[in-house]
Amino acid sequence: MMTTRILEWLGRIYVWLLLAFLYLPIIIMALMSFNASPFYQLPFEWTTDWYASLWQNDQLISATWNSLKIAVITTIICVVLGTTASLALFRYEFRGKKLLQALLFPPIAIPWLITGTAMLIFFFGVGIGRGLFAILLGHVALALPYVIVVVSARLQTFAPELEEAARSLGANQWQVTNRVTLPWIMPGVIAGGLFAFAVSFDQFVVSYFLSTPGQTTLPVEIYAAIRKGFTPEINAVSTIIIVVSMALMLLTARFFKFGGEK
Amino acid sequence: MAGVTVSNVSRSFGAHKALDDVSIDFADGGFYALLGPSGSGKTTLLRQIAGFDFPDTGRISIGGESVERVPVEKRRIGMVFQNYALFPNMSVADNVAFGLSVRGEAKTVIATEVQRALDLVQLGKLGGRKPHQLSGGQRQRVALARAIVTKPRVLLLDEPLGALDKALRVDMQIELKRIQREIGITTIFVTHDQEEALTMSDRIGILRDGRLVQEGPPEEIYDRPKSEFAATFLGDANIFRGDATGNGIRLADGTAIAAGVGDRLAAGAKASCAVRPERIRIATDAGTTDSNINTLKGQVSKRIFAGNNSTYFVDRAGQTLKVIVQNTGADLLAEGQDVVLRWSPESTVLIAAG
Repeated sequence: MMTTRILEWLGRIYVWLLLAFLYLPIIIMALMSFNASPFYQLPFEWTTDWYASLWQNDQLISATWNSLKIAVITTIICVVLGTTASLALFRYEFRGKKLLQALLFPPIAIPWLITGTAMLIFFFGVGIGRGLFAILLGHVALALPYVIVVVSARLQTFAPELEEAARSLGANQWQVTNRVTLPWIMPGVIAGGLFAFAVSFDQFVVSYFLSTPGQTTLPVEIYAAIRKGFTPEINAVSTIIIVVSMALMLLTARFFKFGGEK
Repeated sequence: MAGVTVSNVSRSFGAHKALDDVSIDFADGGFYALLGPSGSGKTTLLRQIAGFDFPDTGRISIGGESVERVPVEKRRIGMVFQNYALFPNMSVADNVAFGLSVRGEAKTVIATEVQRALDLVQLGKLGGRKPHQLSGGQRQRVALARAIVTKPRVLLLDEPLGALDKALRVDMQIELKRIQREIGITTIFVTHDQEEALTMSDRIGILRDGRLVQEGPPEEIYDRPKSEFAATFLGDANIFRGDATGNGIRLADGTAIAAGVGDRLAAGAKASCAVRPERIRIATDAGTTDSNINTLKGQVSKRIFAGNNSTYFVDRAGQTLKVIVQNTGADLLAEGQDVVLRWSPESTVLIAAG
C-alpha cells in the first residue's frame, strides 16, 4: 500500500530527527575535542593535544578525582541506607510509615537551587560549613530518595510468601534477606546505585553552593573554567564524562528495565 | 514426627475475632483437613501452628513441646503455600536444598537428600530446571519436596491444590496421600473444598467465624452433622425446621418427620432435621404405607441428568427438596410429575436449632 509506505518513511525520518536533536550537539563537541583549532575552525585537523593538555591541568584532574570519590562514596552510602530503608518499609508496619513514605518523594521534585541554598544555610548553622564533606552530605541527601524509589519499585514485584517459605524452612532473618530477598531485588539495587552515582557525578547546583575554591567537583570546575575563557580542554573532559555517563545509563537500562522482568 | 495440640487458642485482629477459643488435637501421623468458608479462621489457625503469628491466649504444642511463642524458623515444620512460593532465582534442586543448606548440612548429604526427595515426588530428573520452566503440577511437587526434605515434625498445607485444574487436582490428591502415607508425617491441610476434605483426610475440623464447629472422621461428620452449617457445608442436605417431638420434629403444617440419628431433644424445642439427597427414594405411586418410613408428597420442578445420576428438585409446601437418584436404567421422571418421597428415620439427623 502506498500510504503505509509513506507513513513508514515519515516514521523513520522522525526517529532520525529525534536522534539528531539529542546527539548532534554532543557529537560535534566530541569531534571538536579532537580538532586542532581552539576556535571550532574547519577544516577538521585531527589532534589529541587537548587530551594531553587536560592531563597537565592539575585543577581539572583534582576536581575529577574529587567528583569520582564523592560519587563512589555517595553510591555506597545510598545503596546501603536506601536498600535497608526500602526493606524496612516493605516488611514492617509502624506508626508514621505512610507519612515517611510521602516525605521521601518531595526532595526529588524540589529544585536543586533551593535544596542547595537550604543546605548551605543549614551547614553553616550547624558548623559543617562548605567543602568536600559538605558536598558529600548534600549528595547523599539528594540521591537517597532515588535509591529508595527504585528499590521499592522492585520490591513491589516480590512475593512476601517467599520470605515466609524461607523462614518455614528454618532460615533466620539474615539468611532470608541474603539468599531470597536480595537476589530478587538486586537489579533494583544496582539500578538505584547507578542513579545515585549519576545524581552525584553530574551534580552542579548543590556542589557549586557547597564548594570552596580549593575543594570542588568537576562540574563546578568546568563552569569556573568556562567563565575564565573557553578552551577545547573542556570539550575533552566533557567527552570523557559523556562516554562514562552513557555507559552507566546503558548498564542501568540493562539491569533495571524499569520494573520489567529480567 | 509428632502430634499437634491446640488448646483454647484465640486470636483477634483489632475488633475481628479470627480465632475464638479453638481446641483441636492432631494425632501423630494423621491427615487432617481444616475446612471452612473464607474468613472462617482456617488459615489463621494454620499460621498459628506454623508460627507465623502467635495466639493472644491459649497454647499450642508440637510433640508435647510448648511452641506458642516459638517463631516459625525454630519450629521444625514443613509448609506448602497456596501459590507454591518457590524461589524464582534458584533451580529446582536448590529450592529443595534450601532448608538443609541454611541448616549448614554437608554438600554430599544435601545432594543425596535432595535427590531422594525429588524421586519421592517423581521429579528426579528435573533438578536443574528453574521454577518458571515447570507446569503447575510440577511446581506443586517441588514445593512438597522442599517442605519434607528437612524431615519436619509436621507438614502444613495451605490450600495447596487450589491453583490446579480439576483433573490435575484429583491426581495430586492421590499423590499427596501416597507420599503422606509413605513418610507417615502428621499433616494438616487447609481447604475450602469439601470434596477434597472428604476424600483425603482421616479427620476433618470444620471452622466457622473463628470457631471449631465440629471435628471427627469424614464419615461421622457426613452422617451425623451436629449443626445445620456442618450438614450443608460438608455435602448437600435437605433441612426441615420445626418443633422437637421426642423422636423427630413436627413441621409448621403438622407433618411429622421421624429422626433416628442425632441429639435427643426435649419436646417443643426448636429443632431441624437433615436428610442427604441420595438417601431419599422417589416414586410416582403411593406404594406401601409404612408408618416407620418418612413420607412426603411433592411435584418435580426440575430435573438435571448427569450421566451416572440424576438430581430432582421436588417442590412441597413452599420448600424445594433435592433428591439424587443413581442411574439404574429405570425411566426418568418428568418435570411437573407428582411424586412421593420416602426415607428412613436412620437417614434423618436431628439437630438442635441455633
